[in-house]
Amino acid sequence: MASKALDGFRVLEYCGTRSGPYCTKLMADLGAEVIHVEPPKTGDDTRRSPPFPGDVPDPEKSGLFLYLNTNKLGITLDPREPRGKEIFERLASDADVLVEDWSPGRMEELGLGYESLRERNPGLIMASISPFGRSGPYQSYQAYPLNISHIGGQGYGLPLPALDLERAPTMIGGNCTEFDPAVTTAVAVLAALYSRGMTGKGQLIEVSMQEAVLAMQRVEAVIFANGGEAWGRRMPRRERLITLMFPCKDGHIVLVAPLDHQWEALMKLIGNTDWFEQRDSREPGQRAEDPEAMIELIGSWMEKHTREEICSRAQALSCPIAPINTPEDVAHSEQMTERGIFVEMEHPAAGRTRIPSAPYHFSKTPWALGRAAPLLGEHNEGIYCERLGFDRNELRDLEDAGVI
Amino acid sequence: MSDGPLSGVRVTEFTSAWAGPYATCLLGFLGAEIIKVESRQRVDHARLVSFTTSANFTNPDQSPVFNSLNLNKKSVCLNLTRPEAVEIAKRLAKKSDVVVENMRPGVIGRLGLDYPVLQEVKRDIIYLSSSSCGQTGPHRKHVGYAPNFASAAGLSAVTGYPDWTPSILSGAIDLRSATAAAFAILAALLCRERTGEGQYIDLASQETIVMLNASPMMDYLMNQRVQTRKGNRDEIDRMAPHNCYRCRGEDHWISIAVANDREWRALCGAMGKPELAEDERFAAAEQRSLNQEELDRIIGDWTRSRDDYELMRELQRAGVAAAPSLSNEALFKDPHLEERGTFVQVDHPHLEKDWVLSPPWRLSETPASIRRHAPSLGEHSQPIFEQLLGMSPGEIEKLMEEKVIY
Repeated sequence: MASKALDGFRVLEYCGTRSGPYCTKLMADLGAEVIHVEPPKTGDDTRRSPPFPGDVPDPEKSGLFLYLNTNKLGITLDPREPRGKEIFERLASDADVLVEDWSPGRMEELGLGYESLRERNPGLIMASISPFGRSGPYQSYQAYPLNISHIGGQGYGLPLPALDLERAPTMIGGNCTEFDPAVTTAVAVLAALYSRGMTGKGQLIEVSMQEAVLAMQRVEAVIFANGGEAWGRRMPRRERLITLMFPCKDGHIVLVAPLDHQWEALMKLIGNTDWFEQRDSREPGQRAEDPEAMIELIGSWMEKHTREEICSRAQALSCPIAPINTPEDVAHSEQMTERGIFVEMEHPAAGRTRIPSAPYHFSKTPWALGRAAPLLGEHNEGIYCERLGFDRNELRDLEDAGVI
Repeated sequence: MSDGPLSGVRVTEFTSAWAGPYATCLLGFLGAEIIKVESRQRVDHARLVSFTTSANFTNPDQSPVFNSLNLNKKSVCLNLTRPEAVEIAKRLAKKSDVVVENMRPGVIGRLGLDYPVLQEVKRDIIYLSSSSCGQTGPHRKHVGYAPNFASAAGLSAVTGYPDWTPSILSGAIDLRSATAAAFAILAALLCRERTGEGQYIDLASQETIVMLNASPMMDYLMNQRVQTRKGNRDEIDRMAPHNCYRCRGEDHWISIAVANDREWRALCGAMGKPELAEDERFAAAEQRSLNQEELDRIIGDWTRSRDDYELMRELQRAGVAAAPSLSNEALFKDPHLEERGTFVQVDHPHLEKDWVLSPPWRLSETPASIRRHAPSLGEHSQPIFEQLLGMSPGEIEKLMEEKVIY
């Protein structure tokens, strides 16, 4: 048995945002050989992104870069230089997959568009991620994650609930807006690899970040189209008594009780015996005559208890309640610790830190940290000399010329 | 057979709600044949209720929620509380490449359809279990929907305004878990092609969300700093201005993000305030970041009387990243999405024409596709049991009467 699910696949990464790099990280972490092409001298822009240990910027210590580049090889190369372009073409000829996330047309300008690369490598699978895709009126528009979160429909509904419509909608937190298109792309890349195994043919995969973010809302996004209310900030959510957030003694909890037995469990949890006694006088399925009074009653119980007390008692009754955890809570979660979600990583520059691993636990090909993120140009010699056959002098010459 | 890249792959699923069904829906878009095992004895709640609008559907075949998440699939009915039904389910697994389930951990084992059992039936089966917290650990039995595991995973705590409560996150979180599940299944499938071996995958939805919250997690793990909510502000690249501003009309907004001095000068020019570019409070990225509130006030005063779409066009022409914040009504009417055919109508026997979203990729050689509406409950029991399992019409009829096929 191979030790990794994607052993043997070769992936070339040439990217300018974090979408392409997260897509290839997913593959590198499962065993594909990923060569990350960075600009000579400055390296990938993400090397300048926080967090840094002790808040001291250092291109070898960006936490985001370290996370995005586990298990990858790193080389420097400028494909805008004629000799750089030639090297890039050789690398692409050897690759199963090329992932890029530049503005539409940039790869073609460099002479590295899909049509030219496939001539030398008909089995190549090239994935192009861009803000709005390669067609349509916005194809040349630029957008940062903030813009994508909003024009992809995710931002408009947040925060939830939106109690004050005077305030602006907000983007979703974390790295979702850049990573969602990445995971989406990775699915199609693997499917295309499967297909290539049958037919030998490669192909071009195009992903619009706007559509990939929107895809996550495929249920909500069509409500208006299908004749429903415009779902969004103005929905009177609290009357429904399905999804509610409550402050408690040490933070907040989130309750989701769509099913009647879950609601009954909640009534048991807060000791609302009246509710059971008055059951016969209510309409079937009716949860409260006065939703606001009910919310207040539940809230007054919640505020006397901690997240841990509430969740363990609720879960014992099969009532879906979870705590709102901070990143700190997550890092110390007993559940995730037991499942090995944070692993130790030793990096020559950044030292020892813990990093998140992966959410899927494979029985035969488990996730493993083979190597930490590459230092800038760490694998130049390995790739250029050992694989492509340059000698040391040629390598130095290319370095001096700023090609690598 | 479809034209998709996964043509010839067969998946049997025991899933309900959103996170499980969408994982296989993605595989179906890519051409896999998906057989959904369900039952009248315990109907998938996505057939009965919309968590988003709280609409109830009196007929389980009339749910647009179910339609969106189960396109292209076939449905067979099996009452898995009956041993005969479990035997039939095993025969489906024997004919499948992949099995997916998302019951509460432990349940599929009690039904007699867990990985060790199905591996006996089909040696190289790929079997994915999706659950809120995973199949192991002290919280493995915890029940949770998308808003629960998004908050447990730390994403709610970093979404919303800094001076307000955390934000609830809704069903879109399930679909993120589903996308990660589809990726894991395909990795295992490629591995099987090479090694001949299948395997089991234990996927925890809350962990899929932790992975998307990388920057706050890394800041804690490296610096023990607990990040909180920042509204629309950017703490990754420290861009400023970086916010959403009110426009003309009711609840219309535009997001504007400026990454460097060039874009800042372009914004000042577009606003007709070139003097701002010279203002030392905003001269460099660092000052703009420090003086963001003042900056937001100036920009907000300018956008307030303007149309969001006109602003987008004007600012984009000037080289500034700007895009409106779109409601689902605005998304449906957006000219770009319209030209790209992002919303498409599917013929549906009970909903007539139902709008759904197209698959989120364009593949040049083996296109992803929507080939048919989601199945009615048990629509394919007869053809699947006859053609795939070789059961006789008489046998099927008898099992229907006995409520095994039910």
